Amino acid sequence: MPKNKKSSYLLTLALVVVLYGVSAFLVASGRINKYVSGILVMVLVNIILTVSLNLASGFLGQLVLGHAGFMSVGAYASALFTLNSGLPISVAFPLSILIAGVVAVIFGILIGIPALRLKGDYLAIITLGFGEIIKVLINFFDFTGGARGLRGIPRVVDKSSGISVEFVKFSYAFFLAVLTIYLITAFIRSRHGRAVIAIREDEIAAEASGINTTYYKLLAFVMAAFFAGVAGALYAHHLGVLNPAKFDFNYSVEILVMVVLGGMGSITGSVVSAIALTILPELLRGFSDYRMLAYSVILILVMLFKPTGLMGGYEFSLSRLVRKLRGKNKEKAEQEKVGAAK
Amino acid sequence: MKFASQIINGLSLGSIYALVALGYNMVYGIVGLINFAHGDIIMVGGYMVYVAMVVAGAPLWVAVLASILVCAFTGIFIQQVAYQRLLNSGAPRISLLITAIGASIFLQNLFQMLFSSSGKSMPSMITGAPLNIGSLQISRVTMVTIAVSVLLMAGLQLVVKKTRIGKAMRATSEDAGAAVLMGINTKRTIVFTFGLGSALAAVGSVLYSSAYPLITPYMGGMLGLKAFVAAVLGGIGSLPGAMLGGYLIAVSESLTKAFGLSKLTDAVVFGILIVILLVRPAGLLGKNTKEKV
Repeated sequence: MPKNKKSSYLLTLALVVVLYGVSAFLVASGRINKYVSGILVMVLVNIILTVSLNLASGFLGQLVLGHAGFMSVGAYASALFTLNSGLPISVAFPLSILIAGVVAVIFGILIGIPALRLKGDYLAIITLGFGEIIKVLINFFDFTGGARGLRGIPRVVDKSSGISVEFVKFSYAFFLAVLTIYLITAFIRSRHGRAVIAIREDEIAAEASGINTTYYKLLAFVMAAFFAGVAGALYAHHLGVLNPAKFDFNYSVEILVMVVLGGMGSITGSVVSAIALTILPELLRGFSDYRMLAYSVILILVMLFKPTGLMGGYEFSLSRLVRKLRGKNKEKAEQEKVGAAK
Repeated sequence: MKFASQIINGLSLGSIYALVALGYNMVYGIVGLINFAHGDIIMVGGYMVYVAMVVAGAPLWVAVLASILVCAFTGIFIQQVAYQRLLNSGAPRISLLITAIGASIFLQNLFQMLFSSSGKSMPSMITGAPLNIGSLQISRVTMVTIAVSVLLMAGLQLVVKKTRIGKAMRATSEDAGAAVLMGINTKRTIVFTFGLGSALAAVGSVLYSSAYPLITPYMGGMLGLKAFVAAVLGGIGSLPGAMLGGYLIAVSESLTKAFGLSKLTDAVVFGILIVILLVRPAGLLGKNTKEKV
């Protein structure tokens, strides 16, 4: 029903706008301090990473162990661009985000073609190896700053313009996170997305039904890499410093834990667990030594007792919630509400 | 001469890769799982030798025996706790891979908590005069490593080809369902395979830590990965392939070092993996099986 769909879209859009309005106001007016708004940006970066990894691991069903590798490729590409392009930062940064995505895609294709042509678990090993190689190469070359890291990455906005840096950073992050969620959800619900899910369910049956499995596997994997690159660009310009050691295997695993815990194949779950697992470690700093130990136990237990993750394939839908709350006469009420939101 | 000695080094390291790769290969052959925790079993073995020799002051043979037993036990324990349930329920492969990753991270972080992340230096285990051939010097450790691994690999071939349990292993890996119908206890066979693979890893770890006498909680990660690359290069599921792959990977690694690019060895190893998967996905000695529907 197109009408129903339209109202559902509008409702969601209204919620997103309200969410942005409130949080952007809090950040811009300085009611939230720099530390908290920094965490907010990291939450959004992790949402992009988790949702995109969910596309490859949850929906496509291929284990990717080098998501941090794609992120680092994007981060370095974008940082090197804004450092060397000479363009004003308000132009260079959006461009660098695109460049980060494209560079990550190129690496994704290079890795994906040999690994995804084959059936089986080669992608896990190859992406794991890729993450290590990228770390080695970044340490090896001079133009990436080597083991010292890359410093002095410009802020996302000119200081002279008088706009709060925190506000602009938050806005970029929020916009990109929403865009990522929207694009990946739209992809999953499209014809292509159904092909991807079919491959996860049964690769042979999908191939027999005329689905070009290699193409769709590569497409989903490369899309995930693209958004990891975008998240990397955001991360680089958020911190202003890049350290190759940050993008190690543990970070890839952290993102994987977020996906698995939230639910393999649930975008809602990815968002919720990305929020929770970014904020919790900040609150529990004293236990940071035990974090990876706890993550490993969580991974094993979730897989043993609920292999689809805590939320399974559940998706939150605002219009469904409203319908539930309003009961039978929701139809009219919903339209009124949409009208009001407009 | 530097070149020749690098090749000898490669052969010695290759024997260790081969021993570890055999563990990957047997487990992959029998349950179709990349056992990510296998590399960390090596680390467990190294720490057991350390505990036995340095903390408890036991002689070498006791330490090696203890390490083999503990590793075999750890391997079986991981299989029972983390994989058994999923293997029985026919869960999707990705679930198994994730639990395997979980087991690997668990072992690494457990040992980091127990022994700190800074690593322990091992006592020298294999001593003796080096062998001199012309100006080429081969250390006792290298000789023992190559000899022990070759003996063990030959022994493993005998076990797999000639004994009852070896026959059961081959049957289970060919068709687990049919093996059950033929009266083979596949569960026990799988447990035996995990134990045997882990015991080989323990020997590999003793040899490795006598050649490179520093053990850290993370040493298993890279070593295990390279051994896995060796297994893929040789042909996963083929035992002679694992040996061949181990030697090829280690020699190419030593040659990279001989050319003065030691920082790039890891990149070379994974470069090789990508090329193999492009050119010959079944590996050098692997059988190219067509999938039947």
